Amino acid sequence: MDHFRNPRNVGVIENPDGVGEVGSLACGDALRLMFKLGPDGRIADVKFQTFGCASAIASSSALTEMIKGMTVEEAGKVTNQDIAEFLGGLPEQKMHCSVMGREALDAAIDNYRSGKTEKKILAGKVVCNCFGVTEEEITRVVRENGLSTVEQVTNYTKAGGGCGKCKPDIEKILEKARAERLEAERKAGAKTAPRKLTVIEKIRLIEQTIEREIRPLLKRDGGDIELIDVEGNRVKVALRGMCAGCQVAQFTLKDVVEVKLREFVSSDLTVEEVRE
Amino acid sequence: MKTIYLDNNATSAVAPEVIEAMMPFFRDQWGNPSSMHVFGGQVKKPIDKAREQVAALIHADPSEIIFTSCGTESDNAAIRGAAEALGPRYNVITTRVEHPAVLGPCRYLGERGHRLHEIGVDAAGQLDMVQLGEALRDGPAISSVMWANNETGVIFPIAEIAAMVKAADGVMHTDAVQAVGKLPIDVRKIPVDMLSLSGHKLHAPKGIGVLYVRKGTRLQPFMLGGHQEDNRRAGTENVPYIVGLGRAAELALESITKEMTTVAALRDRLEAGLLATCPDSRVNGDRVNRLPNTLNISFEYIEGESILYMMSDVGIAASSGSACTSGSLEPSHVLRAMGVPFTAVHGSVRFSLSRYTTQEEIDYTCNHLPPIISRLRAISPFVKK
Repeated sequence: MDHFRNPRNVGVIENPDGVGEVGSLACGDALRLMFKLGPDGRIADVKFQTFGCASAIASSSALTEMIKGMTVEEAGKVTNQDIAEFLGGLPEQKMHCSVMGREALDAAIDNYRSGKTEKKILAGKVVCNCFGVTEEEITRVVRENGLSTVEQVTNYTKAGGGCGKCKPDIEKILEKARAERLEAERKAGAKTAPRKLTVIEKIRLIEQTIEREIRPLLKRDGGDIELIDVEGNRVKVALRGMCAGCQVAQFTLKDVVEVKLREFVSSDLTVEEVRE
Repeated sequence: MKTIYLDNNATSAVAPEVIEAMMPFFRDQWGNPSSMHVFGGQVKKPIDKAREQVAALIHADPSEIIFTSCGTESDNAAIRGAAEALGPRYNVITTRVEHPAVLGPCRYLGERGHRLHEIGVDAAGQLDMVQLGEALRDGPAISSVMWANNETGVIFPIAEIAAMVKAADGVMHTDAVQAVGKLPIDVRKIPVDMLSLSGHKLHAPKGIGVLYVRKGTRLQPFMLGGHQEDNRRAGTENVPYIVGLGRAAELALESITKEMTTVAALRDRLEAGLLATCPDSRVNGDRVNRLPNTLNISFEYIEGESILYMMSDVGIAASSGSACTSGSLEPSHVLRAMGVPFTAVHGSVRFSLSRYTTQEEIDYTCNHLPPIISRLRAISPFVKK
């Protein structure tokens, strides 16, 4: 709260080395950040102007205090989480304020490196039209903060907080990030030498794979799946919703469920359908 | 530090007389009015009296007063109850500036087979009567149009609107939660079929509301499972709160002239003071047809939540239509419907007074607000140099 009531480094710098502007009046918050380097190549002075709520002002103020004395490279590594931590945490719905701080800093650094003075043009596909948030931005925030739900994405980037039409698109980005994370986990796992799974580990991994990899695919066609039992390497499942009694259920079982489970859990698994 | 409460459209202080009236019904007379014994008998009369007191405030017959748990319940009971009684053949007409308690059920019905018309407003927040006329020609309809707006205080020409709806053989409900107690209301003169009011907006506690239902109005009860309120609203009567609301209604009737004159004069003093000392500020909504206690003012280039925090530091409580204060990321749907520019919506602050507001408090506010506004503008990147 102190950074809101007594914000540090408010104002403008004459002839700054880097300027970054993000947000707009329509969005409800905006930030202009500028810095000047000292002879030692470190950030000697930094100023900001903010239009926004208390958290936005506090985040901006905190950011300026944090990067003072850093090199541009060091400043480039500051994440929105660092800003939130500096402030002693931000409420979940206000995380987008810290993201805005990091974006403005990135923009200022880009501006310093390229020497271009024009406002950074939004890169990539715009997902949320209400607040002008791109796929690139959402993907980055999801990755950096380990987000898993659309609601979290809205809290962190505002995307999906307007008309809500883009929520399915955000869901897709989350799915992609989830797959990447799983892949990375798998690779990390592979590096540390394949080890025989305990029964509990195996069941957990099967559940996790069904949850993250298989269910979303089936749900797209109105179906669902339930794990009934695991006996040795035989995985027993029941198909639900549209999948139950579907003509191509056997195909789904072998080519989707079994393939995924073999990929992510263990290559010697077989899948059987349980009919009730 | 002294605190100044200028957020009476959100909720209002419970009047000391109301608390006094309620206490015996917690302490001694805690019986269930449905009981045959003495405990039940002694609380029946006080409920009848409260019903008369509320009826008197809006000039209704006591039999037309149904006690509910809140304004939102009244709105739901009216709109969904009428839709259920009349069937999907009836369209639903409402406005784009209603409280969510009305918009919610109307849109719910819109998703379930009723054709929904949402009537727009002009830049002053006044209803588009041409569009309303067109919607009424689209077939029989249940119309729900607010008496006065909670955010801007704009008063709709409810007599004219109700007459149009009745001429088209429709059902007319009005959410009068903000109007009751601040304006004289007479349902004998204005042909509304149903009217919602809420206790905590007129110095009774939260948890009590009323739905006025004109005799002969077809309505399917919302709450089932009891004979209370003449089979129109099941559930054991909330005796202390009903008694409290009755007393609050009586006080409101006595103070209506004060609301219309003293409170209005204080509001005008606040408005003039702020407009004179804060450049780039504007009043939102019709300044003539407006609740006597409400002022919605936009301070350009700065954001409402920041203003509220700084006001709160000097002890002033108000509210804002900015996105950051709405709990969602969308700024006020009311100001957006009026076409107020984003710049002004985010910097909007609503001051709502009550009969307990003093001139000293208004002068304090007039003195303390300008420094806050200029301090925040000094931080803002949008202020024109």
